[in-house]
Amino acid sequence: MQRVGVFVCWCGSNIAGTVDVQAVSDALKNEPGVVFSTNYQYMCSQAGQDMIKDAVKEHNLTGIVVCSCSPRMHEATFRKTAAAAGLNPYMVEIANIREQCSWVHKDIQTGTEKAIILGKAAVAKVNLNTPLTPGESPVTKRALVIGGGIAGIQTALDIADAGFPVDIVEKKPTIGGKMAQLDKTFPTLDCAACILTPKMVDVAQNENIRIFSYSEVSEIKGFVGNFDVTIKKNARYVKEDICTGCGACVEKCPMKKVPNEFNLGMDNRSAIYIPFAQAVPKVATIDPSACNMLKNGKCGLCSKVCAAGAIDYTQKDEYIQEKYGAIVVATGFNPISMDKFDEFAYNQSKDVITSLEFERLTNAAGPTAGHLERPSDGKSPKTIVFVQCVGSRCDACAEKGKEYCSKICCMYTAKHAMLVRDKYPDTDVYVFYIDVRTPGKNFDEFYRRAVEEYGVKYVKGMVGKVTPEGDKLKVQASDLIENKQLHIDADLVVLAAAIEPDKSARPLATMLTASMDTNDFFTEAHPKLRPVESPTAGVFLSGACQGPKDIPETVSQAGAAASKVIGLLAKDKLTGNPCVAHSNELMCNGCSSCERVCPYGAITYEDKEFRMPDRTTKIRRVAVVNPAVCQGCGACTVACPSGAMDLNGFASNQIMAEVDAICK
Amino acid sequence: MNNKYLREELIRESGVNPKKCMKCGKCSATCPAYDEMEYHPHQFVSMVESGDIQPLLQSESLYKCLSCFACIERCPRGVEPAKLVEAVRLAAIRKQGENRMTANDVAEFLDEDVPQQLIVSAFRKYSK
Amino acid sequence: MQINEHKPLIVAFCCNWCSYAGADLAGNNRLNYPADVKIIRVPCSCRVNPMFVLRAFQRGADGVIICGCHPGDCHYTSGNYYTRRRMAALFSMLDFLGIEKERTRVEWVSAAEGAKFAATMNDFVEKVTALGENKRLEDLRCKK
Repeated sequence: MQRVGVFVCWCGSNIAGTVDVQAVSDALKNEPGVVFSTNYQYMCSQAGQDMIKDAVKEHNLTGIVVCSCSPRMHEATFRKTAAAAGLNPYMVEIANIREQCSWVHKDIQTGTEKAIILGKAAVAKVNLNTPLTPGESPVTKRALVIGGGIAGIQTALDIADAGFPVDIVEKKPTIGGKMAQLDKTFPTLDCAACILTPKMVDVAQNENIRIFSYSEVSEIKGFVGNFDVTIKKNARYVKEDICTGCGACVEKCPMKKVPNEFNLGMDNRSAIYIPFAQAVPKVATIDPSACNMLKNGKCGLCSKVCAAGAIDYTQKDEYIQEKYGAIVVATGFNPISMDKFDEFAYNQSKDVITSLEFERLTNAAGPTAGHLERPSDGKSPKTIVFVQCVGSRCDACAEKGKEYCSKICCMYTAKHAMLVRDKYPDTDVYVFYIDVRTPGKNFDEFYRRAVEEYGVKYVKGMVGKVTPEGDKLKVQASDLIENKQLHIDADLVVLAAAIEPDKSARPLATMLTASMDTNDFFTEAHPKLRPVESPTAGVFLSGACQGPKDIPETVSQAGAAASKVIGLLAKDKLTGNPCVAHSNELMCNGCSSCERVCPYGAITYEDKEFRMPDRTTKIRRVAVVNPAVCQGCGACTVACPSGAMDLNGFASNQIMAEVDAICK
Repeated sequence: MNNKYLREELIRESGVNPKKCMKCGKCSATCPAYDEMEYHPHQFVSMVESGDIQPLLQSESLYKCLSCFACIERCPRGVEPAKLVEAVRLAAIRKQGENRMTANDVAEFLDEDVPQQLIVSAFRKYSK
Repeated sequence: MQINEHKPLIVAFCCNWCSYAGADLAGNNRLNYPADVKIIRVPCSCRVNPMFVLRAFQRGADGVIICGCHPGDCHYTSGNYYTRRRMAALFSMLDFLGIEKERTRVEWVSAAEGAKFAATMNDFVEKVTALGENKRLEDLRCKK
């Protein structure tokens, strides 16, 4: 039995005005376990706290009940007081007789009665309290960044700058991501490569950063501070450390008809390739689905021309194990497929392109060396129609489009239209829009410049149909302001396709037990106050994997995620919340019910040896809760059919005792 | 007739929720009978929503709509303007108290080039 | 005994992150509700074992209400979905045993909804009071 001390607070007249505090402390004196009971004007004041400390010493108290304001207000205060008096801080219970009693009831008698009952419940609970010690776990001082786009690059650089080692895993042969494919960036029109490639070089040269390119994460185990990750390094058939990136192999490779994914299939590359000139790492990669040597053993030209002897046709996929303290997800986005939008004739005409393809067409390093030429016949287009919101804000049919606004299309379309009018002033440029959304610094000014200075024709309306006819594209559209239907003979149609999270994000979320929304964007721990953390401890979000974002927003979120990671890695040990679930292994029958309801993947199963009454041993499968991962929701305690699972601080017998005390 | 009542009846009858419309105008962009119509598909949605229904009831646009359902197919929000046009058309025919087309009218339309299907569908469209 | 004089005994389980904070807010705004409601704090509504509800009725409670975060807002991501399903099953069983559906309730109250908390409690107490004393699941040994 505990020796409980009860302290009833007046809170000035806040409590004492509606509750007879003397009656409460007198009534609670007779409760089982209570050896001391008193009341005081302000329990949370220094004098009040000293009163508690003195009483602990004087009466040898092992438990404390404070009848005062909400535990959300002063539970931490009184726990510190208990700790200062030499008690375990978790031996304190609060009876909320202010917010939930004196402030909501006007009658002194009912208020006092209720306060006594609430006090009794707290006493009943504290009698069953056990001292709790928060668990500690070490922190592996290394971070993993999944995805090597601008989000991943910025996060990695910021973490590395703070002195912590970082690994970047990128599934493409080079880092750089979507930004490397862009031409200019809004609203300042800097060239994307000019601002991105120096950062890529920084990454390559930073001693704290390792790049695993052409690699994927294949397994993640563990928890915050202690993740065990398996990285699959796909065979690129080129020894990374020897290859100098001279490009002789690329030139000599006879297989040159492979669609170039970096230019979105608008030109071809060879079977051995370096995606673009400033690739990091600048190492060649052999595409096994195209290489004759790998397919049927006939060729081997690249290995003959390679002066460094870097080609290795026998290379195998390699698995690397590494430990990390924190994981940053930066898996980014892709434009959605245009296959289902028949009305825009994307699959019928080469001259209907997506905005990302348009970026490559205007990029000086792109398939046309920056000259705006139609993909079909290489002629320069005289009339260009841009269509916004293709697949965005579309809730009519889920497999076709996305319900959300893709956020970046308004601005890049304004940029494209402006660039065209700037370089080719004799071109007619139409932009069909539903709304032009330009929230952002200098964004609206940019859009207005496109209209006022560059003469882009913005039409409020939508394109209904694109029909290829001869070498023209017949565009049928509405102009809602002039209330008429337009028929435009266009040379090029550019679709601002909605963006969606990368396909690799969903399996990754499963591995991380990180939650996602219905659109497969990662969910943040709190939409406003914790926007870069996943609800899963130790997992952080950077860039468009969390939601559509432009570059400035991505970079600021990447920095924010990095600062959270640094904050975590700077700690030597993590102190957990002791109010976590634990399983009584003697009662556990290994049914997996708890594991299935756990939102954090905190429960695993172990085969344990048990001594039986007849002195034999038996191996049984039992649940084990990882206290560093468990957040203490208690879903498992209810799911457990045998009652083996219980929650520290809110144990079943404690809550039951509270129920009994209230219903007495 | 009370516009509020009529508005609700049209919405109920057609099963269309005009509030879902985001006013992109894709229905009118895609409409093949656009130039024939005084009021266009997007205006039907907007005018029914605001209760401005009398002009629609009197408009020839009701009978110019081809019922091709292109607007239903293309609408990104699933608003289905053609169903609303159909509902207004039925309301107009009901109000008139008689069919717009009777069996006696058929003779003047008959022509070697007119497909039989057109006559059948016209009957469906212009009579109760 | 007259039904009118009966003061019901209501046990309210409130999750720490939304509903308990909502109840605190009701207090901060001095929104009255009957003192018959006694609140037990749980980390998440999904911590409420059906056993607790049964125990409350067994010991003479007249009504039990469970409050959690709104669906989709659970502090623990998915706890309140479990609550919703478990309690739907439990309440229909209790109904079968003769504990009227009006005596049991699951309500979503966010930390910002002090007014909703008070209104919910007022409404719940009124409904339970109208039903009168609950005698169905009482353990006779516990009652004098």
